[in-house]
Amino acid sequence: MTPEPHLRRDGAWVGASVPRREDPRLLAGRGRFVDDIVLPGMLHAQFVRSTAAHARITAVDLSEVRAVPGVVAAFSAEDLDLDDITAELDRPAHEFVPTSMPVLARDRVRYVGEPIAIVIARDPYAVEDGLEAAVVEYEELEPVVSDTAALAEGAPLVHDNAPANTLVDVSLFATEGIDDVFAEADCVVRIRTKTGRQNALPLETRGVVADWDDRDEQLRVQTCTQVPHQVRTVLSRCTGLQERQVRVTVPDMGGGFGQKCVVGREEIAAAAAALRLRRPVKWIEDRRDALTAAFLAREQRYDVRAAFDAEGRILAIDADVVCDMGAYSCYPFTAGIEPLMASAEMPGVYKLPAYRVRGRAVTTNKAPTAPYRGVSRPQYVMVVERLMERAARELGMDPVEIRRRNVITVFPYTGINNITYDPGSYRESLDLCEQVLRDEGWYDVRGSADRVIGIGYACFSERTGYGSGAFAQRKMSVVPGFDISEVRMDTSGALVVTTGTMSHGQSHETTMAQIVADRLGVPIDRIRIQQGDTDRITYGWGSFASRSITIGGSAVAAASRKLGDQLREIAAHLLEADVDNTELDGESGVRLRDAPDRRLSFIEIADVAYLRAHLLPKNVGPGLTATASFDVGGDGTFSNATHGVVVELDRGTGGVEILRYVCVEDCGVAIHPQVVEGQCRGGIAQGIAGALFEQVTYDDAGQPLCPSFMEYKVPTAAEIPDVEIHHLETPSAFTESGAKGAGEGGTIGAPAAVLNAVNDALRSTGVELDDTPIARETVHRALEAGS
Amino acid sequence: MKPAAFTYHRARSVAAAVGLLNDLGDDAKIIAGGQSLVAMMNFRLARPEHLIDIGRVPGLDHIRRDGAALRIGALVTHHAVETADLGTDFAVVSDAMRWIGHLPIRTRGTVGGSLAHADATAEWCLLAVLLDAEIVAEGSGGRRTIPAGEFFQGVFTTALEPDELIVEVVFPRPAPRAALTEYAERRGDFATVAAAVDLDAPRVVLGGVATVPLRVPSAEAVLMTDGPRIPAGEAAAAAIDPRDEPGVSAHYRRALTRTLVERACEEAAAR
Repeated sequence: MTPEPHLRRDGAWVGASVPRREDPRLLAGRGRFVDDIVLPGMLHAQFVRSTAAHARITAVDLSEVRAVPGVVAAFSAEDLDLDDITAELDRPAHEFVPTSMPVLARDRVRYVGEPIAIVIARDPYAVEDGLEAAVVEYEELEPVVSDTAALAEGAPLVHDNAPANTLVDVSLFATEGIDDVFAEADCVVRIRTKTGRQNALPLETRGVVADWDDRDEQLRVQTCTQVPHQVRTVLSRCTGLQERQVRVTVPDMGGGFGQKCVVGREEIAAAAAALRLRRPVKWIEDRRDALTAAFLAREQRYDVRAAFDAEGRILAIDADVVCDMGAYSCYPFTAGIEPLMASAEMPGVYKLPAYRVRGRAVTTNKAPTAPYRGVSRPQYVMVVERLMERAARELGMDPVEIRRRNVITVFPYTGINNITYDPGSYRESLDLCEQVLRDEGWYDVRGSADRVIGIGYACFSERTGYGSGAFAQRKMSVVPGFDISEVRMDTSGALVVTTGTMSHGQSHETTMAQIVADRLGVPIDRIRIQQGDTDRITYGWGSFASRSITIGGSAVAAASRKLGDQLREIAAHLLEADVDNTELDGESGVRLRDAPDRRLSFIEIADVAYLRAHLLPKNVGPGLTATASFDVGGDGTFSNATHGVVVELDRGTGGVEILRYVCVEDCGVAIHPQVVEGQCRGGIAQGIAGALFEQVTYDDAGQPLCPSFMEYKVPTAAEIPDVEIHHLETPSAFTESGAKGAGEGGTIGAPAAVLNAVNDALRSTGVELDDTPIARETVHRALEAGS
Repeated sequence: MKPAAFTYHRARSVAAAVGLLNDLGDDAKIIAGGQSLVAMMNFRLARPEHLIDIGRVPGLDHIRRDGAALRIGALVTHHAVETADLGTDFAVVSDAMRWIGHLPIRTRGTVGGSLAHADATAEWCLLAVLLDAEIVAEGSGGRRTIPAGEFFQGVFTTALEPDELIVEVVFPRPAPRAALTEYAERRGDFATVAAAVDLDAPRVVLGGVATVPLRVPSAEAVLMTDGPRIPAGEAAAAAIDPRDEPGVSAHYRRALTRTLVERACEEAAAR
């Protein structure tokens, strides 16, 4: 049973697109990113990286490296002697095989770019001179460079403990009698698709500055991570330090998109080197390493059948999902992140009566993968939305109409996947999106004889704010559900609010402050949000999976409410009134309900709480702080959206141009609508990138073929269309502000909508394309054959 | 992505630069805008011992009509040409600049640098062949003029002697009905195929289909007899001999060639 939303939308701050508090410093170039940090005596690090995709290391000789002018030190795995990074799932051995990821490769390398040794020098130039002097001898092994090669009979093993190169093999659902459903269905359609390997590609590459502080007995690590506490944990485990001996702080960040929500080997190695040398060490990943050796994502293969009745109602989905996770499981999520997401959530927005799925993660000799904005949802939404359009075509139905017949309209809805969906606007977003394109005349344009134009849609929801329960259900052994927030008021009545989430560009300093401002009636310029400091924040899971506003924002709200109660209690005592007769007055004060003229400002209350504590009520201690935690109830909350895209194809080149992009989104209560729109646009750009441009490729020997932006075709502003965004609002009952997550939706909808639009444009050719990124040559060939 | 160590020299005159080239030999490279060379040095694909910076050499930054001809100094940036008013006679030159990389690249990259680098898809290289340009080079033997048709000799290889640098490019004849167009998946990328046509000469030149900018006499012959029509594209597509490459088959490259020659013809005819 879903509780009723308890949100009251009476706040002046939530819902307002106030000027972002981050903007003045970021726009004026006064942001402080990792690479801006300069410490006295700071050294620079880079890594000797494997040049072989799969090999035994027979020798690592760094003696010449150490002789290079400017080089201060060079360490191999043996020198640093660090424990491995191992991520686990609570699943039996036939479902999950863990990998031990050494911080520096010891006896074996499993991808080109794998770090083997760290070189530390006085300047970034000498470091690279040092790298060139390293001698690594390999005994090459046969590389495994694709999922099909990994699963082939007799394939070489990437990890000796992982038979058939399979790290995860789970069959989460298998509805009884599903084969009969397919046998008797009026219409069965099948999609086989492969999606390209991508790089989340934050503008700011990864990086760290670490130094040892003798007074605090601490390794101070300034790193650009989405998960500071998890970096602390791994660093502590790898080095043997107690966690109190590690302080991780995070400066301004230029994006993460998931690539920085896992712990990187390089940040651990650089910190360990600083610990060893007792000197500050900086590592800034260069773009070549960022493109070849950083965490990648998204390379998946689907073979999915769907059964429909004659009226277009979906009856069953039978899916086989193989995810090419590369060389190692990432910490803390493991290689299970993609297959588990796809398996659990694929039914999506549709009323699906029968479902069977097998999800596998295979290991290959390619750079390892991490969650990337959307995590599997861009792919399975693409598959399901292709199934819808293909079935519509087979049945002679309108592709929007077939969706209308299938979307969930009555909430809460418990799906075949045992997930209970809270209320959303699936049908409404679909209707509105289609209406916008019709009103703008795109269906007429589509009909013009001399142009090749198609219209495509994606209708989807995404679970945001996964609570501990939801992650536990996936049998993660590290369960990132809750968040803790502390609110502290000082004697000036101003507030410092901690959050365990970690803004890497999403404006939490503004949006979290808006939440606090409404709860306590304090303007946002009197509120500072404190994030990204493991010494100052009790514990945090950071930011990923669209959890920051849903979970972190709710913890912030709960702690604020608690402090408000405390302020009222002190005020009631001082005003000699009953606490029930007090309320916050919205203007940094407490007043009496029955006598609003009698009030105390927060400054007056703080004065007592700190400076004249003898005046406090007996049961209230000195100081003004409140701490609260929050976890998401139920199965979490589901944002939803429909994307509609109009594309034009170029017969002469196979070129694909997006003429119109409309997004109708519903993330519940938008704390800051402009920030939500920024998230949509950025996400859509990354989704379009996956559909049309980006792909990390390797040759048969496992050598990466995209070491620069010449080869890895991240789209530029010239390729990304203007996006029109419409908002619907179905508040969530599961979060304090009624907000649902908004970080990933854009990325999720775009590939499906673009691919459907391209296929619609190809409707007269008889060709259907299902793989991404869409090759222009393939489009050209289809148009050539069809003309 | 930091270059290997090198010695930096600033030349104050062409003669000084030539003198340095003579003294330093093969280990020296001329640098002007650095838009190709620095990237290669950062990847350590190029590791010159010496860089001779000609960026402040006076007298190489002119864009000037000289009778019918257009003379452009080696240090003129793409952006300067893009924003110069070259009139209808040489609109093809200024219009072609928009295809070169991105604005920051165009504000630094130079005409002479692009010609000397001799990438087979580079716009300046195509324009030079298209418009029968003369490349003026200076070396220890003095100045000489190299016809564009003899200048490009292979992959990143030109007729320049080791002690020579480009000082000027001269476009001897107006080309009011000429155009250059390209195809790449992204704006600013190196062209998969580029096509330039001059309907009056006539000339058809292709980039991205051979190791040098490729003139296509058979397509030019079509233009001579038939005027700007689709057959020129067909002729150009038939004349090239591309290989299958990942992502771009020979068949696709031929098709792009046909399309781009047709479009360049249309654009030129519409001037």
